[in-house]
Amino acid sequence: MVYDAGRYDVIVIGAGHAGVEAGVAAAKMGAKTLMLTLNLDMVAFMPCNPSLGGPAKGIVVREVDALGGVMAKVIDKTYIQMRMLNTRKGPAVQALRAQADKPLYIKEMKHVLENQENLTLRQGMVNELIMEDGVCKGVVTETKAAYYAESVIVTTGTFMRGKVLMGDLEYESGPNNQRASIKLSENLEDLGLDLTRFKTGTPPRVNSHSIDYSKTEMQPGDEKPQCFSYETTEFITDQIPCWLTYTNEVTHQLINDNLSSSAMYSGMKRGTGPRYCPSIEDKIVRFNDKPRHQIFLEPEGRDTEEVYVQGLSTSLPEDIQHDMVKTVPGLENAEIMRGGYAIEYDAVIPTQLWPTMELKHIPGLFTAGQINGTSGYEEAAAQGIMAGINAGAKIVGKEPLILDRSQAYIGVLIDDLVTKGTKEPYRLLTSRAEYRLLLRHDNADLRLTEIGHDYGLITEERYDQFVEKQRLVEQEKKRLGKLIIKPGDAVQQMLQNANGAPLKEAVKAYDMLKRPEVTYDMLEHVIETNGDLPDIVKKQVEIQVKYEGYIKKANEQVDRMLKMESKKIPDDIDYDDIDGIAFEAKEKLKKVRPLSVGQASRISGVNPSDVSILLVYIEQGKIARVAN
Amino acid sequence: METDTITAISTPVGEGAISIVRLSGSAAIPVTAGVFQGKNLHDAETHTIHYGKIIDPETNEAAEEVMVTIMRGPKTFTREDVVEINCHGGMIAVNRVLEIILEQGVRIAEPGEFTKRAFLHGRIDLSQAEAVMDLIRSKTDKAMSVALKQMDGRLSQLIGRLRQQLIETVAHVEVNIDYPEYDDVEEMSHEMMRTQTQEVHAEIDHLLEVAKQGKILREGLSTAIIGRPNVGKSSLMNTLVQENKAIVTEVPGTTRDTIEEYVNVRGVPLRLVDTAGIRETEDMVEKIGVDRSRKVLEESDMILFVLNYNEELTEEDKKLFEAVRGLDYIVMVNKSDLEQKLDLTKVNQLAEGKPVITASLIKEKGIDELETAIAETFFAGDIDTGDMTYVSNIRHIQLLKQAKQSLEDAMSSLDMEMPLDIVQIDVTRTWEFLGEIIGDTASDGLIDQLFSQFCLGK
Repeated sequence: MVYDAGRYDVIVIGAGHAGVEAGVAAAKMGAKTLMLTLNLDMVAFMPCNPSLGGPAKGIVVREVDALGGVMAKVIDKTYIQMRMLNTRKGPAVQALRAQADKPLYIKEMKHVLENQENLTLRQGMVNELIMEDGVCKGVVTETKAAYYAESVIVTTGTFMRGKVLMGDLEYESGPNNQRASIKLSENLEDLGLDLTRFKTGTPPRVNSHSIDYSKTEMQPGDEKPQCFSYETTEFITDQIPCWLTYTNEVTHQLINDNLSSSAMYSGMKRGTGPRYCPSIEDKIVRFNDKPRHQIFLEPEGRDTEEVYVQGLSTSLPEDIQHDMVKTVPGLENAEIMRGGYAIEYDAVIPTQLWPTMELKHIPGLFTAGQINGTSGYEEAAAQGIMAGINAGAKIVGKEPLILDRSQAYIGVLIDDLVTKGTKEPYRLLTSRAEYRLLLRHDNADLRLTEIGHDYGLITEERYDQFVEKQRLVEQEKKRLGKLIIKPGDAVQQMLQNANGAPLKEAVKAYDMLKRPEVTYDMLEHVIETNGDLPDIVKKQVEIQVKYEGYIKKANEQVDRMLKMESKKIPDDIDYDDIDGIAFEAKEKLKKVRPLSVGQASRISGVNPSDVSILLVYIEQGKIARVAN
Repeated sequence: METDTITAISTPVGEGAISIVRLSGSAAIPVTAGVFQGKNLHDAETHTIHYGKIIDPETNEAAEEVMVTIMRGPKTFTREDVVEINCHGGMIAVNRVLEIILEQGVRIAEPGEFTKRAFLHGRIDLSQAEAVMDLIRSKTDKAMSVALKQMDGRLSQLIGRLRQQLIETVAHVEVNIDYPEYDDVEEMSHEMMRTQTQEVHAEIDHLLEVAKQGKILREGLSTAIIGRPNVGKSSLMNTLVQENKAIVTEVPGTTRDTIEEYVNVRGVPLRLVDTAGIRETEDMVEKIGVDRSRKVLEESDMILFVLNYNEELTEEDKKLFEAVRGLDYIVMVNKSDLEQKLDLTKVNQLAEGKPVITASLIKEKGIDELETAIAETFFAGDIDTGDMTYVSNIRHIQLLKQAKQSLEDAMSSLDMEMPLDIVQIDVTRTWEFLGEIIGDTASDGLIDQLFSQFCLGK
């Protein structure tokens, strides 16, 4: 018999990167929230690489922060190294990446959760959902505790029917030998959810004392202090480097000789792995002409000697892993502390979700994170916060929040998932964003702080700072638009130093800043400076002015897209009733149930003529309703 | 609702004495006004019709004499501003006008789109909605099959190759962005990018150039028949038409006395144009002078110059030789059944190596030779049909032009030393435009390319 363990507004199952954001967001909005996790010592654990951010992903971390999330703040307090990537490229593709201190990250995150008002953190394994009239109303744990709630968010990552594979060894397990979640997966299947089987993998970790760093190349962090969160003011200056080495012909020969003993190459049919995160076996097989592959040695923290061997993700048997590691320069005497392995798990086919992260056919049930077929801590956090906000919105009576593709990478990620689904674990890439010039790391706050504030996730103090920053940017742009620069010695010298063409006639400072070679800093030497404008404002002004033409062009495309997004498809539409739409398109539309004509047009298999017909049909419905 | 402006030819192909180009949308009137010589259409009253000329802004030359109807929304078919440009019958005039309108940034209408707009703006009542949907379906299917038929296999191969070249470049830039530490591939440089874009640009340029030649093939070589009165010009025209199946015959129009005959001579489509008026102003040179005659003749792709075997060379004949010098022409000496009075040596001298055919139209002699000469003149020229990948569908041409424009935007960003990730946005657009031509609009292509081209991962 189950016992009544209490009533909540929102229950979050899992406390990984999706779960913590979901729980904190819902709690901040005022929903009484319960977070259940298998192991309290493992909240926000990083089972794979010890780093956060990078291209696209780093921008997501900032987006989550602008919406009031916790990932950015916690990494800012615990990183061992921070780098800005792509600094020689355009502003749209620059991004921060941090090397994380894994144990410290867990400790800090647990502290955040413990101190979050409205949030109850509890250890427990959920076995099944409580359903009433097809609506999810709570959960039951293996200890027979029944918790009731208006919404349940499942963020179980790779735990559902997780299976660890190494050589011919295989056993049921979550990542890092934690317990797999078996019953919940079966329960979801019984409730009619379509599941698929994905896999991913991780490399061995070695002891730092056994590495000969002299044979590797040092990869230090940036000297200039950087951080993810717009609220962070203190920086960690004591950074720890990573190290670069390479595989070689000997490594490759060894792998080739033992390929058949790799779990993923043994001929067994397995879940689909991601192409962007191949095992070393995959790399050798698919790119056999490459004489070497890069291996990054990344410390897992300040107070541990474990080093993550990035680039050697594998499911080879343990003994081969020992031999393989020793072929790499610098690792000749390396001691493996944990072996690499592949993990197979159940994922929910994400086209079953509304863009709010709620299941279409089970009201009250949300899924977020790796369970939805993504990979990456940042992708998980992004879905987590959106699920948390939308579960919270139901409680406090706010409109659901759906970000579109021009607002955030988060919008791109969720739209891709729920509209197109995914055939392999999904990773965000800058190339997935068609408006990436608008989705920059430098303007994540400008894009999303207002929304975060509307949903009660941003403090008034931070909001005021944001409004002030915005005001300063606009004011400075206006000032530069009025300021005239005449051709004089100082200006010509400045342009000459920057290899720019000399100035022929007077120009506005604004137009001068549009020149590719001119930076705001340079401009300050030839114009009257504007008091003590913060650097972040100067940078923002420079980017907005310099790329104005390109931004304008992108905005025009966005306007066209939004027009189609604004054409809503009625919930009760019957696609079978529309003769003109092609059969394949009909099947897809019935499955995805797009909310707008814009979303419908992005479904593969729905052609422009189908979209036209859909438009006409919807309009016909509107007229019919008016007529009635 | 959609606010962009659309246009299309609204009359059936190849029938009727007039053809109409219709525009609908907020830019319909300003765009037309911009290329219209005549009354200022910006201020024109609604539901009025105006006579004038459509000017090609590139050359500043008059392209077509037209009547333009201005109808301001909402009392129009689509309830938007609508302009109808009435052109002469036949496909050439109306296509030319459509192209000029498209150059102004107006989009070609999707099949059934005018009707769709009419419906969406409440112009058509509910009972007609089904019909609208059927129309879109059938028109789309038809348009697709036509487009497919018009698409040369070689064209789609070529476009596919250009797209591959672009996507590899784009993937290269993307891999630099998404995997900044991946050192297997060198960092894409502005120079590498410039080489790639220039190559593709040249190919698209060539395609568009050949498209013009393809147009000649479809529409026929504009062919003028000249000569003094009574040398047999009309007989020649009639003979060519009788000998060869006329494709389309246009009745002299009501607004302009043009006679066009379409004939297919040994695979060469000829459009026998009465440019300066073969029938009425037989003494062209006499009337308008050598220079102006020459200007008129330069518009022709081929000239058939008729002389009389039975008469001596006159001053006027010599002037005509002067008028056609350097152009593609064939001399036909008619009436060889009569006594020779013409100095053929002199004629050959004046013809400077161009074919001189002796014939008798009445006795049906020399016609084969003439037709052979026409075919040889055509096939020996610049237009090599055997090796030609040509684009004929106007939508394809439009997309090619958009692709070219995007590439040029990318190239100017390169010149400004903009970061490559910004340049690449326009290169990707080019790739998308080319994809629309061959019906490949899947957006996952880039991701696939990324992972097949490079070995990436942790």
